[in-house]
Amino acid sequence: MRNNDSAVRARNLRVERGGRSIIDGLDVEVPAGQVVGLLGPSGSGKTTLLRAIVGVQARVGGAVTVLGEPAGAPGLRRRVGYVTQAASVYTDLTVLQNLRYFARLAGLPRAGAEAAVRRAVAAVDLGGHEKQRVGTLSGGERSRVSLAAALVGDPELLVLDEPTVGLDPVLRRDLWAMFRRLAREGRTLLVSSHVMDEATQCDRLLLLRDGSLVADVTPDELLATTGAPDAERAFLALIEQQASPTATGEGTR
Amino acid sequence: MTLALTTTSRVLAQLRFDHRTVALILVLPCLLLGLIAWMFDGTPVLDQFGPMLVGLFPLIVMFLVTSVATLRERQSGTLERLMTTPLRKGEFVAGYALAFAALALLQSLVVVGFALAVGMDVLGPLWLVVVVAMLDAVLGCCLGLAASALARSEFQAVQMMPAVIFPQLITCGLLMPRDQMPEVLEWLSRVFPLTYAVEAMQTLAAGGEWADVQGAVGAIAAFIVGAVALGVATLRRRTA
Repeated sequence: MRNNDSAVRARNLRVERGGRSIIDGLDVEVPAGQVVGLLGPSGSGKTTLLRAIVGVQARVGGAVTVLGEPAGAPGLRRRVGYVTQAASVYTDLTVLQNLRYFARLAGLPRAGAEAAVRRAVAAVDLGGHEKQRVGTLSGGERSRVSLAAALVGDPELLVLDEPTVGLDPVLRRDLWAMFRRLAREGRTLLVSSHVMDEATQCDRLLLLRDGSLVADVTPDELLATTGAPDAERAFLALIEQQASPTATGEGTR
Repeated sequence: MTLALTTTSRVLAQLRFDHRTVALILVLPCLLLGLIAWMFDGTPVLDQFGPMLVGLFPLIVMFLVTSVATLRERQSGTLERLMTTPLRKGEFVAGYALAFAALALLQSLVVVGFALAVGMDVLGPLWLVVVVAMLDAVLGCCLGLAASALARSEFQAVQMMPAVIFPQLITCGLLMPRDQMPEVLEWLSRVFPLTYAVEAMQTLAAGGEWADVQGAVGAIAAFIVGAVALGVATLRRRTA
């Protein structure tokens, strides 16, 4: 693992969707081996940025480099795991069948796949539900299956679009603990969220608004520069700073 | 190619849970054939049209099933996820085509068996009827894959069936012998795959052998390859 490198680097990223510019000239960097939070209100371009990074977004301008290769390069498909916002697994298959399929797609041989599936089930705490059809699970359980489907391939970079939506506080805490553990083991995680409280769990925060980067800071810096008591109010303070003409823009880019 | 087979077994696993769809695929064509056999009891209509229907039903059913299944992948986000994995586009299409071909084989065996049971007489070799029926089903499946790329909603996907299949049904020679059609329509019928599906079955019903249908069978196979290529070409890793 090259911890001194960036896992993701976007230069002058521009994305148009439906004739509208969603992202216009974004420069952003995700350091390797860290949990990086991508925060911002809905409609700020978080999902579009993540889609550009995993290489499924059309009409992308500028340069996006992921693990040293251009985003979407065939060589990256084993190394990058992506979890979409809505649970993207097969509701008419069981948890095991889903995870086995994604394990095989990730290139694991049959024997290795079984072990990887067991690990992924344990990681998202779905033990006992293995033989259950995903369609019969609750919304929170489904999104955990979706997350597990990305974990089975043990990718170097995990791109997670709002993985904790609809989950209870205990489970959210456990998942964030797992994200931290994965980062300690050398993987990089880019996690979007609009729950500002989750910001404190990240090594670094990217704050996005209207397709531009409002801040690229550590959680401590965010609180220090804004003087706000929590991440939510710090974010609001940053946006107000930006809006006012006398803003110094300190701590922001 | 292993990933194509992995995808095939995943699609088959999904079908195994869906008893109602499998029942519809296997029972519905038999029911319709049974109705015709009953209505035209004591006439040679079943012998004349039975083989054509044995070829047409699987094509239409598979077209619908495949276009809806692929659309479901697009809308559930699973296709987007698959496009971030090492699965190649060709492997995705091949995986689906193989899964539905297996189902198509089962369907054509059941339908041909049933048609014989209700008194259909085929003068040509029976195994060829099964082969052509299966190829028709695979063709329907591949056309469905290609058509689903044009559909953005379930409503549109379902409408693709009449849009793609009905013009072919009208000109394929089922309603009127092709040599009696206006010249332009006759030309048109030559570029439609269904024409060859019906032609092969008509020939077999009238006692044709392999040598008589190999041209039509070759045309069906070429259309299958073309439809698969179109299905792969219309699949996009990057979407807006």
